[in-house]
Amino acid sequence: MLLHPAAKPLLFAVALLPFAWLLYAAFAETLGTNPAEKLLRATGDWTLRFMCITLAITPFRQWAGLPALARFRRMTGLFAFFYACVHFLCYAWLDMGFEPIAIARDIPKRPFILVGTLALVLLTPLAATSFNRAIKALGATRWQLLHRLVYPIALLGVLHFFWMRAAKNNFAEVFAYAAIVAVLLGWRLRARWAKQAQRSTPG
Amino acid sequence: MQFLRDRGYAHEIGSEVTPRDVYRSRRECLRRIAAATAGTALAACAARDALGQAARPGKLAALAAARSAVPGALTMERATAYTDVTTYNNFYEFGTDKSDPAQHAGSLKVRPWRVSVEGEVRRARTFDIEDLLKLAPMEERIYRMRCVEGWSMVIPWIGYSLSELIKRVEPTGNAKFVEFVTLADRTQMPGIRSSVLDWPYVEGLRLDEAMHPLTLLCMGLYGEVLPNQNGAPVRLVVPWKYGFKSGKSLVKIRLTETQPQTTWGKANSDEYGFYSNVNPQIDHPRWSQATERRIGEDGVFQKKRPTLLFNGYQTQVSQLYAGMDLRKFF
Repeated sequence: MLLHPAAKPLLFAVALLPFAWLLYAAFAETLGTNPAEKLLRATGDWTLRFMCITLAITPFRQWAGLPALARFRRMTGLFAFFYACVHFLCYAWLDMGFEPIAIARDIPKRPFILVGTLALVLLTPLAATSFNRAIKALGATRWQLLHRLVYPIALLGVLHFFWMRAAKNNFAEVFAYAAIVAVLLGWRLRARWAKQAQRSTPG
Repeated sequence: MQFLRDRGYAHEIGSEVTPRDVYRSRRECLRRIAAATAGTALAACAARDALGQAARPGKLAALAAARSAVPGALTMERATAYTDVTTYNNFYEFGTDKSDPAQHAGSLKVRPWRVSVEGEVRRARTFDIEDLLKLAPMEERIYRMRCVEGWSMVIPWIGYSLSELIKRVEPTGNAKFVEFVTLADRTQMPGIRSSVLDWPYVEGLRLDEAMHPLTLLCMGLYGEVLPNQNGAPVRLVVPWKYGFKSGKSLVKIRLTETQPQTTWGKANSDEYGFYSNVNPQIDHPRWSQATERRIGEDGVFQKKRPTLLFNGYQTQVSQLYAGMDLRKFF
C-alpha cells in the first residue's frame, strides 16, 4: 500500500488540508474572535507537527520494519518548510503590516522571533537541496551532513515556542512538543552510541 | 365662611384668573416639552443602536444604570460585540485558553458573595454583594480595554468609582497602596489545579490610582450583571492599564503601606511591572506594544491600529504620573 502510485499524491493532499482549511476559514470569517492570532498560531503549530512527523519517519520505519516509509520523508519535510514560510508570512503581514523596516527591527529585538527566524533561515538550504540532482551534485556524505541541520532546527523551533508561551506561563503544549522532539533525537543518539559500541568491540 | 378654607380656585379679583387662551397655550407648551424630551431620549437610543450597543444581548439579570458623568467614561467608539466580550477571555482560574472561561465558568457560585475591605483603614468591613450593589448609583461606562497581548475591545461596563467604596472604610494616613485579592477555589475553578500561576491572583494599585474616578468597581456589562467568565459578581476595571491589572471575582481589598506583590510580577518581574500603564513606547520584551488589533472591527488583513498613551485616557490620568520615569516604573 505504501508503494501504491497514489500514496504520494494522497499524502500531498492530506498535508495540504490544514492550509486549505485555514485559508477557507479566513475568508469565510470562521476563525473565531481573533482570526489573525488564530492564523499565526495554527501555522506555527502545523510547522512543529510536520517537523515532528518528519523526524519520526526514520525511527518508526526501523522499528516497524517498513522501509517504504522513507519515500515520504522528503515531502513531509518540505511541508514543514511550507508551513514555516506561511507562519512567517502571517507574522510579517498580520502582525507587522508588511513593513520591512519594522520587521527588520523587530526580529533582533525579540529573542523568540530571532530564534524562529533563524530556524526558518536554516531550513531554507535543506528545502533547496531536497531534489535528486542536488543530492547527486553535493554527494551523499555532504548532503547528509547538511541535512543533519534539521536537529538544531527542531530544537530552535521548540525554543521559539517555549519563549513565546513563557510570556503567559502557559507551557502544557510546549512540553508535549519538547517531549516528542527529545524522544526522536534521543533515539538517534542511542542508535549512534550503539553503532560506536559495536565498532569498538573487538571482533 | 366655609368656601375660604379651600382657596384653590377662589379668586377675589377677576384679573387674577388666568385667561383661557393663556392656560391653553401653557398646556400646549408642556405637551411640546414632553414630546421633545421623549424625542431626545429616542434619538439617544437610536444613536446607541447606531453605535452597536444593543441594550441587553445576554440572558442574565438586568442591571439598571445611568450614563456616567465622569470625564472620559463614555467613549464614542463602537462597542465590541457581546459574544466577543463574553467568549474571548483571559481568566486562568478557568483554563489558559481564551475559550476556556466561557466554557468552564458556569461552576462559579456568585451567591452568597462577600468582599472584605481591610488593612490600613479605620472602618474595616465585609460587604455582602447585595450591599455593594446598593452602595452607590450604578453608572454605565464605555471603556476601551487593551490587553497586554496586543488586542483591544470597547466594553459597556456597569458599576461605580472604586473611590465610593474606599471612602466608606476611611483609609488611615499609612495607606499608600491597594491590594486586590481574587477568588481561588479549587472546587469551583478547574484552572486552579494547574500551577500555571501562584494562586490566588493578586493585583495592586497605588492609592491615588485606586481613588481616580475612572477606576471602576464593576458589577455588570451590556445592561446586565457580569457573566461569570468576565469576573462575576464584582471585578475591577482600570481602563488606562493593561487588562491583567483589572482583577476578576474580587474577595478581598486590602489597603497597605507597602507596594503589594502582584501575581504576574512574581511570575515574571521583567515583563510585568507594577504600573503596567498602556504605553506604545514601552515594549513588552516579547512583542511591540505600539499597535493593537481591535477585536471584531479590524479585519484579518488590515493593518493594526496605533496604541494610545494611557490607552487614550491621557487627559484624565497623566497627572498621576507627573515627573515619573515611565520607562523605569513600567
